[in-house]
Amino acid sequence: MHLILFFIFGMLCLAGAINLLLQRHPINSALSLIVVMASLAVLYLLLGAEFLAAAQIIVYSGAIMVLFVFVIMLLNAGVEDLTHGSRAAYVVGIPGVFAIIAVLTAFFFTHRADFGTITLGSYYVSTAGISRLLFRDLLLAFEVTSILILVAILGAVVLARRDASE
Amino acid sequence: MSHLLVFVLLSILKVAVVTGILLTTVAYTVLLERKVVGRIQNRWGPSRVGPFGLLQPAVDGIKLFLKEDLIPTGVDRPLYIVAPIIALACALISVAVIPFGADIQIRGVHMFQITDLNIGLLVILGVTSVGVYGIALSGWSSNNKYSLLGALRSSAQMVSYELALGLSLIGVVLRAQSLSLRDIVNSQSAHGAISWNVFGGFQFIAFFIYLIAAYAETNRAPFDLVEAESELTGGYHTEYSSMKFAMFFMAEYANMVTVSCVATLLFLGGWSSPFGNLLPTPHNFFFAAIAPVFWFVLKVFFFLFLYTWVRGTLPRFRYDQLMGFGWKFLLPLAILNVLGTSLALALH
Repeated sequence: MHLILFFIFGMLCLAGAINLLLQRHPINSALSLIVVMASLAVLYLLLGAEFLAAAQIIVYSGAIMVLFVFVIMLLNAGVEDLTHGSRAAYVVGIPGVFAIIAVLTAFFFTHRADFGTITLGSYYVSTAGISRLLFRDLLLAFEVTSILILVAILGAVVLARRDASE
Repeated sequence: MSHLLVFVLLSILKVAVVTGILLTTVAYTVLLERKVVGRIQNRWGPSRVGPFGLLQPAVDGIKLFLKEDLIPTGVDRPLYIVAPIIALACALISVAVIPFGADIQIRGVHMFQITDLNIGLLVILGVTSVGVYGIALSGWSSNNKYSLLGALRSSAQMVSYELALGLSLIGVVLRAQSLSLRDIVNSQSAHGAISWNVFGGFQFIAFFIYLIAAYAETNRAPFDLVEAESELTGGYHTEYSSMKFAMFFMAEYANMVTVSCVATLLFLGGWSSPFGNLLPTPHNFFFAAIAPVFWFVLKVFFFLFLYTWVRGTLPRFRYDQLMGFGWKFLLPLAILNVLGTSLALALH
């Protein structure tokens, strides 16, 4: 049951990501990214992280992607023209990617006994557990990250203001 | 019968009953609003169709079905058709985690709640966040500058007030020590009305922040700038007709009902009676099952009436007043409420 769900939502995630690259209008790409975020939330649920799945939906799909969609709508970004890359990229790039994927697959397959296994659905992380981790064990990292995000917001405000006053 | 079969059958029954009741409630909330706003404005509301106008929603439904379904030529068709579906689906999904009665179970299946999740409150917040897309995409796909402006304003308003909404709920979660809605109600139903979160839990500031933020979330008066006819010719649903417009309409009222249910559960004690243990509890099984549902419905009806009352009384916010109020007043107040509640709990 869990394996079926994993395959369905894993495939959905991949399909969304590939669709994001293939779509020409930015708004369709943004909507595909929302599908990717939602599928990731289901994968988190399969691993037992219920709070993280809810936070993924609320923060990523519900706030960050809304911001993306907002910007695309405000800037009225139109359909992008497909630029034809250099021939060297086609000749070397696509076979190169396949070669890397083949090497990695062979490596993972031959060494799969060393990686261990997980059983989907046998884990559970409660919200209390995450809060204990964040606010007790990893408090310093949490506070430093908060200050980092604050600096990012201030930087954005300063940059936006300077553009407006010029 | 096997446990799985019982679970599936009871779940289908619960979903059918709850969805049916929700859609009927939505239809009659429209009638309630028209009649109450009418009485506030010293006129009868709809009173011709059926006794006291009670058949008006049925007639309105038939009218919306039979209207011509226009799709303008310049619209982005897939998004145009999907947007009202997203809005209505998100409005209807939130009711899946709302408990409306006591904890009575048949073979392990909760009868008065569709599903009891550990993170029920976060699911409601998440679904509300995704519901913003219904409005944003409808404005974008309509190929109409008024729709786009209305949709952008509405999305910005909803995203801004979501923050104050979420923060105002943290005080309640701190007191209940759980995100499950059933646990939150159980933690405040010990002594009747004085132990409800809004009174005994000292969450009255959070209560008012939640109400105001919820009025802004559901795009209702006095925050309904984005859909007022005199402002933006109808905003994001200008180009919609017939069933798609009806879906937006139903989504707005279903959101109202969901918000009223959540306010009842979190601040007013859900299905618990305001008299607590003062009245002797009868040992009749039906009474024990139906009385909590009756109290829940009464409180939700009070909130719906309050929605309509505020709509008929207060004038509309201007857009910059609206955004300033949300960011510069409600958000700091909600943060202060979280600080105050956690301080009180830590020192207790």
